[in-house]
Amino acid sequence: MIWGWILLLLPIAGGLVVVGSSARAAKSIALLTTLATFGASIAAAIEFDVWGTGDFGLVSSIPWLPEVGINLSIGADSVAMMLVLLTTLLMPLAVLGSWTAVGERLKEYYGWLLLIESAMIGVFLARDLVFFYICFEFTLVPMYFLIAIYGGSGRARACVKFFLYTFTGSLIALVGFLFVAWSYAETTGSWSFQIATLCEYASESLTLREQVWVLTALVIGFAVKIPLFPVHTWLPLAHTEAPTAGSVILAGVLLKLGTYGIFRFVLPMTPEAVVEWAPVLGILAIIGILYAGLICWVQTDVKKLVAYSSVSHLGFCVLGLFALNPMGLQGAVLYMINHGLSTGALFFLVGMMYERYHTRDMNAIGGLAKRMPVWAFFMVFFVLASVGLPGLNGFVSEFLCLIGTFAAGDSGSYPGVMGPWFAAFAALGMVIAAMYLLIMVGKIVFGSLKEPATDDHHGLPADLSAREITVLVPLAVLCVLLGVQPWIAMDAMVGSVNETLAAYPEIVKDAMQQVADAGSSVLSGGVNP
Amino acid sequence: MTSNHLWFLIPEAILLVGVVFTAITGLVRSTSIRQSTPVIAAIFVVASGVASVFVFSPDHLDTTAFLMPALGRWVGVITAAVGLVLILNSIGRVDRRLEQAIAAGRLRFDPLRAGRGEYYAFMLLSLAGLMLVCTANDLIWLFLALELTSLPTYVLVAMSRTNRLAQEAAMKYFFLGAMSAAIFLYGFALLYAATGTIEFDRMRYELQSQAANGGLGALAIGGLLLSLFGIGYKLAAAPLHLYAADVYEGASAPVTAFLGFVPKAAGVLAIMVLLVATGLSELMSSLPYPILIMLWVVAVLTMTLGNIGALLQRSVKRMLAYSSIAHSGYLLIGIIAGPGLGYTAVLFYLLAYGVGNTAAFSVLSSLERRGEELTSLEDLAGLRQRHPLMASVLAISSGSLLGFPPLLGFWGKLLLFIAGIQTGHLVLVIIAAVNSAISGWYYLKLVAVPIMASPTARSESVERGPSNWPRFAGVIMVIACLVLPVFLGWLVAESRDSARTAQAVRADSAQAEADAVQPSDDSGLFTALPPLKTALQSPAKR
Repeated sequence: MIWGWILLLLPIAGGLVVVGSSARAAKSIALLTTLATFGASIAAAIEFDVWGTGDFGLVSSIPWLPEVGINLSIGADSVAMMLVLLTTLLMPLAVLGSWTAVGERLKEYYGWLLLIESAMIGVFLARDLVFFYICFEFTLVPMYFLIAIYGGSGRARACVKFFLYTFTGSLIALVGFLFVAWSYAETTGSWSFQIATLCEYASESLTLREQVWVLTALVIGFAVKIPLFPVHTWLPLAHTEAPTAGSVILAGVLLKLGTYGIFRFVLPMTPEAVVEWAPVLGILAIIGILYAGLICWVQTDVKKLVAYSSVSHLGFCVLGLFALNPMGLQGAVLYMINHGLSTGALFFLVGMMYERYHTRDMNAIGGLAKRMPVWAFFMVFFVLASVGLPGLNGFVSEFLCLIGTFAAGDSGSYPGVMGPWFAAFAALGMVIAAMYLLIMVGKIVFGSLKEPATDDHHGLPADLSAREITVLVPLAVLCVLLGVQPWIAMDAMVGSVNETLAAYPEIVKDAMQQVADAGSSVLSGGVNP
Repeated sequence: MTSNHLWFLIPEAILLVGVVFTAITGLVRSTSIRQSTPVIAAIFVVASGVASVFVFSPDHLDTTAFLMPALGRWVGVITAAVGLVLILNSIGRVDRRLEQAIAAGRLRFDPLRAGRGEYYAFMLLSLAGLMLVCTANDLIWLFLALELTSLPTYVLVAMSRTNRLAQEAAMKYFFLGAMSAAIFLYGFALLYAATGTIEFDRMRYELQSQAANGGLGALAIGGLLLSLFGIGYKLAAAPLHLYAADVYEGASAPVTAFLGFVPKAAGVLAIMVLLVATGLSELMSSLPYPILIMLWVVAVLTMTLGNIGALLQRSVKRMLAYSSIAHSGYLLIGIIAGPGLGYTAVLFYLLAYGVGNTAAFSVLSSLERRGEELTSLEDLAGLRQRHPLMASVLAISSGSLLGFPPLLGFWGKLLLFIAGIQTGHLVLVIIAAVNSAISGWYYLKLVAVPIMASPTARSESVERGPSNWPRFAGVIMVIACLVLPVFLGWLVAESRDSARTAQAVRADSAQAEADAVQPSDDSGLFTALPPLKTALQSPAKR
């Protein structure tokens, strides 16, 4: 329906206006456009009448390349809709957050920001594989330029690495997609790139061997984006060099494209292969959680610390996805949103500090609570949200992911192939997270005041301005809301989650049975006999 | 040759008339007429493009005269479109010193020293050769068409610049070209020996009956192998690709752009025509293993060596030269995939590649440093600040060549990949995907260096070239990269129609008549698209 197209085209239209207008008006036009898009997404969410079910709303389609069944078809299920809401919420904040931070080439900057908003919304709304791929790839371009033009001193290396990693990954994923599409065409005699059609076809008709190849291709593509160990190395660089708004978008939405891809494609397309390979992916996720956590521990650059913490956090999300039960999946989807809120806010806060002191070195700064109490309040608040303090949002999703992983043993209505051991090691990651984040807070927020020599805070007030508080408050409110009333989101997504998992209990039971029949030990070490 | 055949040569005839005109106007004493030479060339190129649309219109399709009856239309139009840009790129470059000296009164006009007329005349001749490849119906015709495409380019390289590099490039290009011509001519001779005919129709019949009676003879296979190998030189396909870097670097930028498209397109089309002519390509299962393996290996080597070569270059022109080698490798995927979607993809990719590549070279043609062309990547450093428009053109054309969605190049690559996977060449497609990823590294340099590298003293002195036309051409081509994907459905339908073989056209018209008599109850997508249906079903029958 019309709202989908509006969501998709409004930011592009705004971007064109920005590029055509004067540099002075650019900011305001960008803010208005992003606010309008947010408004449109709220309207779309109200019109969206399939909350809680697994159906798609806002469905619409235009033929594009009928020869091979490519259409411009859009629509969203409730998970996609929530991620669209997250995107449209973060964008006006990102515009507000870069109000004073970006001083040159404004038109271009806001043009790229609006373009990336459209691309991200396109990813979530796409119901056609090729359209999805186009949007997925296209998010690279604005981000590349945001880093390349407005980034820090090491930006040249960072943006090239960012681009090449993700570009290579998604090309491999593309081959996997094309293989599925071809296989479908071979069987049915006509091409289709409808995501739902292909998922249904692939899960039923591909052999296990084919599924494993498709899984490998897709996971390589999405793992780079998430990023999963060992292809995470682009992320700290990109985050550190990106301008604040770039980091926020990167952490808030772009990383979720990877986990969303797993949710939307990998799980429904290749269930048998997933059951076989989930333990391996789970172990990679756990290595990521622990390894990135340990790296965070020794970081002295605040922004890099937050960046590595993303790698660690997204590990929980992946673990939840491959737990293959509703709890884990709900936790994972919730985690995508929560991580977007709290880590996005942390990047804003680090950016605000950097704007004032032009350093992110934890050894050069300390005791800022005395100088900037409001900033310090928010910093502690979002660090606690990120650590997983009960009552705030991070706790719920992290807990669900872990419980899901724990329960993913060989019994129950949703048997899985992980189990208590996986959960135990991952939980160690929570402890590490608490340590490094609290150490960071201890150093820069509390203790004796230590400031680099700046007289004027580069033209900003010593503490946060009203604009900066405006950026943070909505995020904080949502953190509390999703912390105390997580069921709002969980009820909304339950239908989609069940839809994705529909085939799993049987497949897992079969797989377990086969293993048991073979007389060997159970699939993973974590399952109780 | 029949009178019917002459009708299809109208576009080429127009170009030949253009050759005469430009050769004359280039030698006229009056400066204004002399300077209108490129305009005249452009007018004739456009006219021939328009003519080819009418000449090859569906009403005139003749399934008896040609193997691929509708090919001429698509090729005529993209030849005209890209050719026009190639001509625009050259404006202001040819005879520049001479004209300056004349304008300053230091020299009097001397027809012996003026090269402008020949330059454009040779360009038009070469374009005519490219169009002639499509209408070839025997081996001699094919050979002559290929040589008509190539011979003028040897001269163009030599006369494009006055320095020694160009002379060296021309000599290399000429001698290696002659050698490759000898190779494929020898292959043609073997084909004649195997079949006793040079006419494609009879050759096809002969080879098919051979194949039915216990397989093709060694003469036929050897002949085809040598022919394809030799024609590979026109594509700069490995292992005959080694000349490309030196020649492309030696020639001036507009001529390099010309070399990057016209001979390559002619080579690809010739391979297509030859495979259809020998009847091997109708059913890929019957493509003999030696030929399949050779094409496969050549494709893999070409794209890999091209991309790795491009990765190592510091000179922009050498980089683009190697990248064009890689594109030949991608094109061969479509050739291997065969008629139907494979050839459709090849034709579409030719368009995408032609547009992207000429746009990139337009940038190089439109800039100069102290009257010389830009050579190294460092010359582009900080281009964004001094010449933002050209930096964007370069960025977008690199994106399209890289195959970045949603630009035109992406769709070309997507179609090639789909065609490759459809015919069971998954491994080839994976290799191509990895190669695309490698190419990301150097195409990104063309985007990144103008934006991020800080200007050096060297790059500070880069200024606009003598004419604004190359800038204009680059912008137009980039707009094409951005806008053409909107009309994707139409473009792919057109290229699919053009890629049909005579049999497919006959089948289509029979189908159309049958449909006219009795409306089909097949309500699916393919009622409107019968040729694709056949194209899609052929692999399934395998």
